Amino acid sequence: MKYKLYLERTSFKDAREYIEKNSEEVYYVNPGYKLFKDYYIIGVPPVAIGVRGTEMLFTYVKPCHGTFVMGIDSEEEIARLRENEAEKIKKSLTKGGVKGKADFGPAPASFGEMYKK
Amino acid sequence: MLSINRNNSKEMEDMSEGKNALLVMGCPEVPVQMSMVIYLTHKLKKSGWDVTVAGTDAAVKLLKVADPESYYVQKTVDLDELIGDVVEKKVDFDVCFAFMHSDAGMTYGATFSAISKARLFAVVFGKNAEALGESIDYPAEKIVAKATHNPNPLKNKIDKVVL
Repeated sequence: MKYKLYLERTSFKDAREYIEKNSEEVYYVNPGYKLFKDYYIIGVPPVAIGVRGTEMLFTYVKPCHGTFVMGIDSEEEIARLRENEAEKIKKSLTKGGVKGKADFGPAPASFGEMYKK
Repeated sequence: MLSINRNNSKEMEDMSEGKNALLVMGCPEVPVQMSMVIYLTHKLKKSGWDVTVAGTDAAVKLLKVADPESYYVQKTVDLDELIGDVVEKKVDFDVCFAFMHSDAGMTYGATFSAISKARLFAVVFGKNAEALGESIDYPAEKIVAKATHNPNPLKNKIDKVVL
């Protein structure tokens, strides 16, 4: 599989920031998200995966060498990533995630009441 | 069945019977790691734990050369393969000790915190142990000691862990 290396032997935080700054779309996955059938992504949540055209940017961690940012052309993996994101949104709506977060009880009658909280 | 030497830890044995412990080795370049992995495996086994040690190819080779007849460590596994198995829910552990002295090691610890149900201990050592320990913001109990060549500061802290 052909790949490009954009950052080498860096920290996970710097690698995440690179992906966030240099991608057209950024998706966040949990550690252990499976890529290319046999790679389970290692990382500190939220783990960023970027999309730039047909290229997917992601982190690769080696215990003795630090974190790398790799880019691989894969429309199939990008489609799976977008599908995974759509599924997450669908799940949060079904569980009432958005509504649940917004439900803080009755609205305060005055500013004084707000500060009491 | 129990040997005489094990009677003192009978209570701990009863509590840990049938329980699995995982030790995750980071990059093996700091000497105290291998020493502490062998020590902790031995200590856990004496208390009745079933212990598996995971690491990179290099770390596992170092361990096997140091313990040629598998007297201390019987079960070893490739770290990345194990992560796949934990994610696929083929295996999991009751307790996990993740050894780390670098950002990469800390990142592996975060991964186990997210994928495993194990009670996680972040064993942080090396020259930058304190700063690295502070950077850990995922659920883990931290064991931090500025130890590189002398294992005793780390050993003393590990000895205080109550499982």
